[in-house]
Amino acid sequence: MPTKVDVNVAYKEKYGFSKPEKYVFKTRKGLDEGVVKEISFQKEEPEWMKDFRIRAYEIFKAKKQPTWGADLSKVNYDSIYYYLKPIQKKVQSWEDLPPEIRDTYDKIGIPEAEKKYLGGVGAQYDSEVIYHSLKKDLEKKGVIFLDTDTALKKYPEFFKEYFARAIPPADNKLAALNSAVWSGGSFIYVPPGVKVEVPLQAYFRINAASMGQFERTLIIVDEGAEVHYVEGCTAPIYTTDSLHAAVVEIFVKRGARCRYTTIQNWSKNVFNLVTKRAMVEEDAFMEWIDGNLGSQISMKYPSVFLRGRGARGDILSVAFAGAGQHQDVGGKAYHLAPDTSSQIISKSISKDGGRSSYRGLLKVIKGAKGVKANVRCDALILDEKSRSDTYPTMQIDEENVQVGHEASVSKIGEDQLFYLMSRGLSENDATSMIVNGFIEPIVKELPLEYALELNRLIQLEMIGAVG
Amino acid sequence: MLEIRDLHVSSDNKEILKGVSLKINPGEIHVLMGPNGSGKSSLSLALMGHPRYKITSGKIILDRKDITVLTPDKRAKAGLFLAMQYPVAVPGVSVTNFLRSSLRNLKANVAPAEFVKITKEKMAALKIDESFATRSINDGFSGGEKKKMEVLQLSVLQPKYAVLDETDSGLDVDALKLVAEGIKKTSGPKIGILLITHYQRILKYIKPDFVHILIDGKIVKSGGHKLAERIEEEGYANKS
Repeated sequence: MPTKVDVNVAYKEKYGFSKPEKYVFKTRKGLDEGVVKEISFQKEEPEWMKDFRIRAYEIFKAKKQPTWGADLSKVNYDSIYYYLKPIQKKVQSWEDLPPEIRDTYDKIGIPEAEKKYLGGVGAQYDSEVIYHSLKKDLEKKGVIFLDTDTALKKYPEFFKEYFARAIPPADNKLAALNSAVWSGGSFIYVPPGVKVEVPLQAYFRINAASMGQFERTLIIVDEGAEVHYVEGCTAPIYTTDSLHAAVVEIFVKRGARCRYTTIQNWSKNVFNLVTKRAMVEEDAFMEWIDGNLGSQISMKYPSVFLRGRGARGDILSVAFAGAGQHQDVGGKAYHLAPDTSSQIISKSISKDGGRSSYRGLLKVIKGAKGVKANVRCDALILDEKSRSDTYPTMQIDEENVQVGHEASVSKIGEDQLFYLMSRGLSENDATSMIVNGFIEPIVKELPLEYALELNRLIQLEMIGAVG
Repeated sequence: MLEIRDLHVSSDNKEILKGVSLKINPGEIHVLMGPNGSGKSSLSLALMGHPRYKITSGKIILDRKDITVLTPDKRAKAGLFLAMQYPVAVPGVSVTNFLRSSLRNLKANVAPAEFVKITKEKMAALKIDESFATRSINDGFSGGEKKKMEVLQLSVLQPKYAVLDETDSGLDVDALKLVAEGIKKTSGPKIGILLITHYQRILKYIKPDFVHILIDGKIVKSGGHKLAERIEEEGYANKS
C-alpha cells in the first residue's frame, strides 16, 4: 500500500517550524496613528515619508474592505502585530545572524542557493531585512540591490521620482495599508544597458504569530537593461492568522527587460493580499511568473501598463488550491499605446475542496492600434469537492486589434490515470505526472533550479491528495 | 502462464463478458477475433484493471499470482502489458519522461546514458523520428504514430504477457510490417501474447499458435491459424 503523507506534516518539517520569538522592538497589537508614527520613528526616516504614511493610514480607514473577490470577512486588522524588528542591524554575513534566524535560512536552503546560482540575496524576517548581499561585479556595474529602508536613506532621489507612482495609496485598501506601515522589501536599480545574467533573490519569512508583513518593493530597470528578480515566501503553521500585504512597483524603461518570479508558499494561516504593477515603456518587456501554492486566501493580480509603443507584457501564473484554500489570482494588461502585446496564461489546480479563481482584465484604449493580446486560462479539478471559477473582463475600445481568449476546465481523466498506471505508475505518481504536465508550459519558462523547486512543491501538495 | 478463468465483466451494470476462459503459456501467440461489440476491448481493459470494467466473477492468474483485484500498476508490475486501442494524450509529459518513469517502476533504475541508447535503438527500429522523444505522449499524434508508440513501450518495458488491442488497425502496409516486426522482436521466445484483431493481414507477419472467436461475451470457437483464414473468407456467421 502507498504510504499516506500528511502534507501539513511535510510542510511543517521543511518550512512550517517556528523559532522562539525574539525582537528588539515590537509595536502593540492592532493599528492606529500612534503605531504608524512609531514605525516611522523607529526607522528614522524623512519627514515626507512619515506624512505619506499618515495620509495613507487615513485612506486605509476610509476605504471599505473589498467584497468583489475572495471572502475577506475573517481578516481582523485589530488582531495583528504591524511591526516587529527582529535584530538591531542588518548583517552582511550569515554567520553574524542569531543562530535561530540563521538556522531558519539554512533549513530553507538560501545560503546554499546564494553560493550556487544567485547574484544577490535579501532576506526578510518578519518586518525587517536582516541580511543582504550583492555580487561585487554587479556592484561595480552600478547595479543597486538593497532593502527598501536602506535605499530610501541612500538614494532619496529615486523615491521622489518613483515611490508610489505606479501604485498610489488610494489604489485599494490593502495598498493603503501597506503604504501606512510598509517595512522592508527590495529596491533594485539596473543602470542603462546593464544585463544582470543571474537572478537576484529575496526571501520573505514570517516567524512570529499573528504577524503582518508589509514589504515594499521598487524595481527600476533603466533603458536597455535586464534583470530577473525572484521572491520566495514561507511561514510557520500557527492557529492564529497572519497577514501579508505587499506592494510591488516596477518601472521598465525603453528597451529594457524585467522578469519577476514568485514562488509563494505561505502556511495555510496567512492571508496573502498583494498589489503588483509594472509600468512598461517603449519596446520594453515585463514578465510576471507567479506560482501560488500556499496561504489561506490569496488575492493577487500582477498588472502590466503597456505605455510605450511596442511594449510587451506576459503574465504566467500557476495556482494550487488545497483544503481550506482560496486562490483568487490572475493578471491585468492595460494596452495604452499602439503595437503593444500581452499574453496572460493562467493554470490552476484545485483539490480536497480547494477553490481557485482566475480574475483578469484586458483593456485596450482607443487609439492603441495594432495591439495583440491573448488570454488563456486552464483549470484542473482533482475531485468532486473542489471548485474553479473564471472571471475574465475585457474592455476593448479600439477596433484594429487581435485579441484571443481561451478557457478550459478539466477533471483529471480516469482514462489518463489508467493509461499511466497500466505502465506501472502508482496512482500518486500518475496524478503528479498529469499535474506536472498541465503546468509544464509555465514551468519550462523558469530557470532550472526554480522549475525543480516548483515541481517539488507541487509534488508535496499532491502526496496529500491521494494515496 | 496467464490464465483467465471463467471471467464475467460488467460495465455500466451491463454484463459484457459472460464467462471467458483462456490459457496463454509463455512464448505462445493467441489471436482473438470477433465482430464489433462482442467484448474484445472490454476483455483487454478488464485484464489490465480499468475501473469502468467490473469483474463480477472469475479470476485472472498470472504465473500463479492472482491479479484479479489488483490496481493496474500492480498488474503491470506482475508482468502484464496492454497496448491500447485508443491511447490517451497526456499534455506536457514527454515520451522520454514517461518511459523512464515506467521503466523505473517496472524494472530498475536504468542509467540515463543506457536509457537513451535503448530508446534510440528501439525508436529507430520502429522508424519513429527522434523528435518524438521530447513530445508530449500521444498529444497530436496520428493514429499510426500512437500505435507505434504503444509498440515502443512494449519493446522497452519487456513484459511477460502482452495484450495487443487492435494494434494493427489504422496502419498502412509499411507501418504494419514495422509494427509486426516490433512485436516479434520483443516477443522473443518467452513472451505470451494475446492479439486482438479484426483483420487477418497482420497474421502474415505474426504466426499465431491459437485463434479464438469471441461472440457476445463468450469464446465460441478456438483453433489453429487456419481458423483465422476461414473467418476472413466466411465471416462470423455460423461459428457458434
